[in-house]
Amino acid sequence: MLGFSETFQNKSTLISRRMFILSSLKVAVFIGIISRLFYLQISENIKWRSLSDKNRLREWKISPERGTIRDYFGNELAKNNQVFQLHMIPEDVPNLEKLFFKLSRIIDFNKTKQSKIIKRLKKRKPWETIIISDNLSWREFTRINLFLHEIQGIKPVVSLARRYADEGSSAHVIGYVSDTSVKDLENSKFLRDINIPGLKVGKTGIEKVLNEAMIGKPGLQRFEVNAYGKRIKELKLVKGVKGKDFNVTIDQEVQKTASKALEDKKYSGSICVMDIFTGDIVSMVSAPTFDANKFVHGISYEDWEILIKNKKKPLINKCLAGLYPPGSTIKPVVALSALENDVISPKFVVECKGSVDRYDQTYHCWKEKGHGLMNLRNAIKQSCDVYFYEISRRLGIDRLALTSKRFGLGQPALNIFNEERAGIVPNTEWKLKIIGKPWYIGETLISGIGQGYFLSSPVQLCLMMAQFANGGYKIKPRIVDDRYALQETINLWRKEFNLINKKLDLPNPGLEKLYRNKENIKFVLDSLYGATNEPRGTSYRSRLKKPGYIFAGKTGTSQIQRITQEERKLKLKNEDLPYEKRDHSLFIGFAPYKNPRYAISVIIEHGGAGSTGAAPIAKKILKKVLDRHLLRKKNQLDLFQEV
Amino acid sequence: MKKHFQRGNMSFFEKFLALDFLLIFFILSLGVVSFFAMYSTEQGNFGYYTNSHIYRFIIFFVLFLGVSFLKIKFFHKSAYIFYFIVLILLIAVNIFGISSSGSKRWINLFFINLQPSELMKVALIIFLARYYYKIPSKSISKVKHIMIPFFALLLPVFLVGSQPDLGTSLLILIGGVAVIWLAGLRIKFFFYSFFMLIFLTPVGIAFLKPYQKERVLTFLNPENDPLGAGYQIIQSKIAIGSGGIFGKGFLQGSQSYLDYLPEKHTDFIFTLFSEEFGFIGSLLLLLIYVMIIYRVTAIGYKSRSNFARLYCFGFATAFFIYVTVNMSMVLGLLPIVGAPLPIMSYGGSSMLSIMLGLGIVMSCKIHQQEETT
Repeated sequence: MLGFSETFQNKSTLISRRMFILSSLKVAVFIGIISRLFYLQISENIKWRSLSDKNRLREWKISPERGTIRDYFGNELAKNNQVFQLHMIPEDVPNLEKLFFKLSRIIDFNKTKQSKIIKRLKKRKPWETIIISDNLSWREFTRINLFLHEIQGIKPVVSLARRYADEGSSAHVIGYVSDTSVKDLENSKFLRDINIPGLKVGKTGIEKVLNEAMIGKPGLQRFEVNAYGKRIKELKLVKGVKGKDFNVTIDQEVQKTASKALEDKKYSGSICVMDIFTGDIVSMVSAPTFDANKFVHGISYEDWEILIKNKKKPLINKCLAGLYPPGSTIKPVVALSALENDVISPKFVVECKGSVDRYDQTYHCWKEKGHGLMNLRNAIKQSCDVYFYEISRRLGIDRLALTSKRFGLGQPALNIFNEERAGIVPNTEWKLKIIGKPWYIGETLISGIGQGYFLSSPVQLCLMMAQFANGGYKIKPRIVDDRYALQETINLWRKEFNLINKKLDLPNPGLEKLYRNKENIKFVLDSLYGATNEPRGTSYRSRLKKPGYIFAGKTGTSQIQRITQEERKLKLKNEDLPYEKRDHSLFIGFAPYKNPRYAISVIIEHGGAGSTGAAPIAKKILKKVLDRHLLRKKNQLDLFQEV
Repeated sequence: MKKHFQRGNMSFFEKFLALDFLLIFFILSLGVVSFFAMYSTEQGNFGYYTNSHIYRFIIFFVLFLGVSFLKIKFFHKSAYIFYFIVLILLIAVNIFGISSSGSKRWINLFFINLQPSELMKVALIIFLARYYYKIPSKSISKVKHIMIPFFALLLPVFLVGSQPDLGTSLLILIGGVAVIWLAGLRIKFFFYSFFMLIFLTPVGIAFLKPYQKERVLTFLNPENDPLGAGYQIIQSKIAIGSGGIFGKGFLQGSQSYLDYLPEKHTDFIFTLFSEEFGFIGSLLLLLIYVMIIYRVTAIGYKSRSNFARLYCFGFATAFFIYVTVNMSMVLGLLPIVGAPLPIMSYGGSSMLSIMLGLGIVMSCKIHQQEETT
């Protein structure tokens, strides 16, 4: 018994001894766990804390309000309107089909729209808001609110969206905004950097040019989110800063008149009006126009098809992107170039017999019977082609190209718009390089009447006219209003006028003269006066007689294609030709003739002769511009003086 | 002398006074802490989990007290029966068990869904304590004394492992091995087994289910697959690490509140606690566990009966293993194998098993002067 008890005793000592060893081991393990806790919670705390915040916090950027675009007088051309949107939170919708059925009876929500929403739903999480309609009418909005208790998961929301002036006269120059595309992101580091989901960006026109400045500073919404990405609560809201507002030099009233003038006659064309001293674009209109508001919320397929299939290309800003042979509107430059290079004197006479044979080719004048004996002034006034064949032959293409370029042809005039095109001023070097053939002398002849390779945009022609009208000074056209820069320009001109009045020929740095002899410029301007205001002048019928409204200008009729011998014999009238083959009708001019202030270019695609198509329109617009001159003058210092 | 040792029948009052009040205090503290943790998993609501956890704790605490007043001889006598009942239940689970997410762990006993593998944790310890208590140290290493515990150990380990429930299976194995070692089996046998285990590892791996293999691989490098298999470990470390010294505060644990924590009611309850109460809170919780283990060990040390002593030491060690395996797991020191934290984790069978085990310990305390033979 005792022995047994002893073994028991021994056994319990053994167990206790082993338990002691085990207990020491336990202490070691506990110390290990405590060290691990210490390591994670104290040594590495910052690392894990930031990871935890990264888990739970998500930030959403909010699109800031876009800057407003106003015209010269503060009328809003592009503003931000309240819009009524309809949002849906899919997880709150008990029955999608029922909801869609109910919605279709309350608002315009057809089957195609429904299937689009269903397609989008599949790519999204059920708690992510989906926009069902981003532009409800007030009527629809009130109806939705009335039936709100019947439809679950739907939220009417008041938001801001771009709104453009309704009549659409400035649709091209202002452009439009739309959803950011992949291409936009690829092209713009700025857009990639600010990275705001749902941001509307400028696609064309001023909207694109000033896009970055008008976007503003995005706001911020910080949410706590759960493991599935669902927003639990808002922690922080920083409101964005509205983008910069801009004024443009455009006058909306002139825009309306200009646009209406073209639209009324169903013309496809463009009108550009420029301040000849400051370079301010007073009007830039392209027709036909379109409704830019349709693009803001994504244009529908049907609307897009209509715009794209229209042969008159309503989406293109023809002022900047339309390139036309300048036709006779080039003649002032040819005349000036010939005078400046002493190729001829104003007294140089050519006899026009309706055509002239040169280099085994017959070159026709527009007037089949011929103009008879012509001097330079009459040749400009009556736009005699034979006369200009002769002087351009004597002048040569390279000298003509030089003068043309100096007056702004062949290069972008504003150079800020993506859509602006440079046009072509051909010369021998150009032809060899681009076409790969030597220059033929015959090509010089047709270049002299603005045909052949010559291509220029309406804004270039307007700039060219302006630089004649202001006395031959180089100006920089601008469309974004900047009163500070304007003041500097005005100061420069004031200095120049003072010098002229005192008959001092002192240099005025900042104003570049484009002429060699001032008399040559004056001669051309006087000839243009004759063209509009004297009988037999090409635009005589479109003249304004009211003092202070008298203007001067040059018509142009540019051929789309070469007139064949057969056609010439048939004596086809322009109206008999198919639309695409009709001549372009052009007019450039400036007003008033005394104390000129504005230059204009009007181009009507396939509009026939310049005198019948473009000139009457130009007359209408110039009258409107001059009517509004006093108002415009109030916004700047008076420069209305004789050059 | 004999009379003194075998003072058979204590009065109820005497038994009550003999209770280890310190141990009861720590068990109750742990219970209260677990209520708070469970309340926090439900974002501060008395939801389903919190309520049933509280009810269970109260019921099992009463059970614990009841078990305490039973004579230690009762457990001594019924040790084998208890083991075999649980073993039969385990076999029954493999046949009639309720399947849930790919494994059969529960058996429907009409009034309760029981997880017999949890009960086996205690049953095996009692079995081994009963088997070894009177075998002299010298003869322990004889083949016949090795074979019986060997099968008594491996049979439940195999059964539970095939459910499959690798975590519980391993916990049963380690707990059993610890008791066998405490009983006095020579250390060389453990070395032999260890080497055999190493040789058998490749064979064992072939038996692992794909998700179990993945867990082990993930443990070795959780950052490999942060959204998939490594997600639990990483999120758990983020939660604990971001807790800092004082924690984010009660009900303020963003990781658990925002559902980043997986299984926060069960295996990852310590993560939640540690996130909200920080390093200090975790230390205090750890202290409660240490004190419980200390009290159980002390009770064993003072027991006259080798059965009671072996049982208490065995239970203390098993309890220690459950606590440390769970904590190491959520701290990223061990692979995620599915081991609940005693009393803190949600789960009836686990709590029943622990409270039953503690009840027997308390019975050892009350009857510490009694011999069992």
